[in-house]
Amino acid sequence: MSVYLDALQLVFQPYVLAVIFGSAMFGMFVGAIPGLSATLATALLVPLTFFMDPVPAIASIVTATAMAIFSGDISGTLLRIPGTPASAAYVDDGYRMTLAGKSSEALGASLFFSSLGGIFGTIVLTVAAPQLANIALKFSSFEYFWLVLLGLSCAVFVSPGSATLGLVSLFVGLCAALVGQNNPTGEARYTFGSVELMAGIQFIPAMIGLFAMSEVFRYYVHPAAKRAPQAVRGSILRKQFANLRRYPWQALRGASLGTAVGALPGAGADIAAWISYAVSKKMSRTPQKYGTGHVEGIIEAGASNNGAVSGAWIPALVFGIPGDSITAIVIGVLYVKGVNPGPTIFIMHPQVIYAVFIVFFLANLVMLPLGWVMIRMASRVLSVPQNILMPVILLFCITGSFAINNSVAGILIMLVFGAIGFVMEENDIPLAPAILGIVLGPMLERNFVTSMIKAHGSPLGFFERPIAAGLGVAVIAIWLLPVLLRRLTRARRVVKQGA
Amino acid sequence: MKRREFLAAGAAAGAVAASGSSAWAKDYPSRPIQLIVPWAAGGGTDAVARILGSVMQKDLGVPVNVVNRTGGSGVVGHDAIARAKPDGYTIGLATVEIGMLHWQGLTKLTYADYDILGVVNQDPAGITVSADSKYKTAEELIAAIKKQPKGSFTASGTGQGGIWNVALDGLMMDQGMPADQVTWIPSQGAAPGLTDMVAGGVSMVTASLPEAQAMIEAGRVRALATMASKRLDKFPDVPTIKEALGSDWTMAAWRGVFAPKGLPDPVKAVLVKAVDEAYHSDDYKKFMTSRGLGMIYMPPKDAEAFAAKADASFGKVMKAAGLAKG
Repeated sequence: MSVYLDALQLVFQPYVLAVIFGSAMFGMFVGAIPGLSATLATALLVPLTFFMDPVPAIASIVTATAMAIFSGDISGTLLRIPGTPASAAYVDDGYRMTLAGKSSEALGASLFFSSLGGIFGTIVLTVAAPQLANIALKFSSFEYFWLVLLGLSCAVFVSPGSATLGLVSLFVGLCAALVGQNNPTGEARYTFGSVELMAGIQFIPAMIGLFAMSEVFRYYVHPAAKRAPQAVRGSILRKQFANLRRYPWQALRGASLGTAVGALPGAGADIAAWISYAVSKKMSRTPQKYGTGHVEGIIEAGASNNGAVSGAWIPALVFGIPGDSITAIVIGVLYVKGVNPGPTIFIMHPQVIYAVFIVFFLANLVMLPLGWVMIRMASRVLSVPQNILMPVILLFCITGSFAINNSVAGILIMLVFGAIGFVMEENDIPLAPAILGIVLGPMLERNFVTSMIKAHGSPLGFFERPIAAGLGVAVIAIWLLPVLLRRLTRARRVVKQGA
Repeated sequence: MKRREFLAAGAAAGAVAASGSSAWAKDYPSRPIQLIVPWAAGGGTDAVARILGSVMQKDLGVPVNVVNRTGGSGVVGHDAIARAKPDGYTIGLATVEIGMLHWQGLTKLTYADYDILGVVNQDPAGITVSADSKYKTAEELIAAIKKQPKGSFTASGTGQGGIWNVALDGLMMDQGMPADQVTWIPSQGAAPGLTDMVAGGVSMVTASLPEAQAMIEAGRVRALATMASKRLDKFPDVPTIKEALGSDWTMAAWRGVFAPKGLPDPVKAVLVKAVDEAYHSDDYKKFMTSRGLGMIYMPPKDAEAFAAKADASFGKVMKAAGLAKG
């Protein structure tokens, strides 16, 4: 019990509450600006978190990302330009509602059901994570090897676009993960004699490069035309209780599916929203209305993407395997703060983790009033000129990647990965698998090598423990199923043609 | 402007006379001091450095900033300390690895490349098993290791050739067994090693007892012995290896404040005094006791002799255990 009290004390301090409020405003702002994603908000926050204790550091990221995923809906609804990729699925519905003069109802639905979805995801996180951790305490390197492989496979197969492009992205990440000396043998690889590279590719600068610097490059290559929207008038939240009564199952289905998708490694809020929108349309009594300014899809997918934000933390905290690109950064921050993710996190730092849960609830509640203010101010916020914004982001990128290790090497890594991220996005290669490759590559290698040493070099060791065997079969199935299905359909076609 | 002129004057004086450093020292310290930590923020070494730094800055009257230069098993940070200008504005908290990395061929640096200002902490290796292990004492465990064929037991707690690996190999040789009787499973540190042991992945962990404290208190891990010459204050029920096995083998990790070689004598005197006073402060003592970290202080002369002895004994064990290169 005292752990919960400790956790409450950690959160309800003026400093921590101020951090939550500040990062909420920051997240709202970044999310609303088209092109600036929730991951970018996180990447820019990381350098600031160096100066904080673990709880405020994590709280700032939790709050900013929850807000950003909601406020991405604002420019989507008003301008038909999604503020973050997570709002793309239902952008047509929102925009058509705006054209019909119902922008306040559309944004109200986004806000209200984002908050509900986030709270639902948080409840699942709070209940599921400790239970899962108890099971995970029995996981040894064999189980982790399969789990990591499962995560990487998911990242490839559920990534938007083709699995081939997902694989390309994954290998970019895995190659970066090869560099350095942090492998089981302690041998230096691909360091070219540089002492800086012995530590490997520093993760945080690479992240800042991939997500933030690439955006700066993109702006200067394709400057976006600026459009200022009309101010939003009319009651925002009044109609939402009626919407909740009318679409309760849609909201619940969106929140739970979103949380589940978020918990899958590599699939984040954007994929959750797409899947939920598709499910909603399929199950709806009026599927023909979708895309024409219908609020049902906004409710389900809006709840879904915020559920995913919370769900992604489940594997991140319990296994140290990120559920999306945001939690990939979070894991880096946790290590820096000495709060090492893994099943023992509930033994070593219970009060910190319960404090994080409390922050999740707070963030999703505070979203309602702040989101309300943000919607009212939307037309002014969206008119902030990009030629002021981009240099500021550039400044953050440089100071942030320097501050992580106080070395210029960080800035170089940031710039190189900014260029890589730019080229990848220009060619429709998703970034998420690359991030998972960088985070999980060393983990995969470490668990493979230690497992082989334990099994005295026999690969059968990977199937000797029951859970490991089950996970192993699942991984092999994921890779073989598409091949088998294709064979099967081809065989059927041949039979049909023969007949 | 004034300071720049002064610095220029100091540099000129240094160029003219080799002992021109006395002009510097009068004013030392006049700007912030960097305290480099070769390990990540949030870890044990980082915590020790931060508490030391905060006490030293009160004493010296200038900020002492902790800077983490991580990676390469500690090579990056140790290298940064050694390469810094020996002007007293860059010092570092070196760790036991400085006596080990060069035997593994990972760097050429040894303790002799530094001016040692003092050793401030020492934590002996331990022997821990999972709470559901059938071995209740170190004696039972060692007897079982002796009886079973080589490689039946596995141990973890740090990377290949790390301090706890050397502690285990030395113990095995001391007990009349080959150094690799127990297979070493490299891990990223004590915490992942302990997690793996609780999951049934390895038979034992030889990390220090303070590192295992949370898991011991949670009832997941059992401490069987400490490789120290006397029992630890924080773990009065855990026997020393001498009591449990009659062995004289000891092994410990240590941390010390190091500066790049060639500090001007007056500067060195100021820093040595600051380290001494920081060590003996109430803040430092309170912090170390709360973490269960071992208090030990050695002034420069003793610390140098200690580092030399540790270096030689690492060389001996690591060569015999096949962990050394060349």
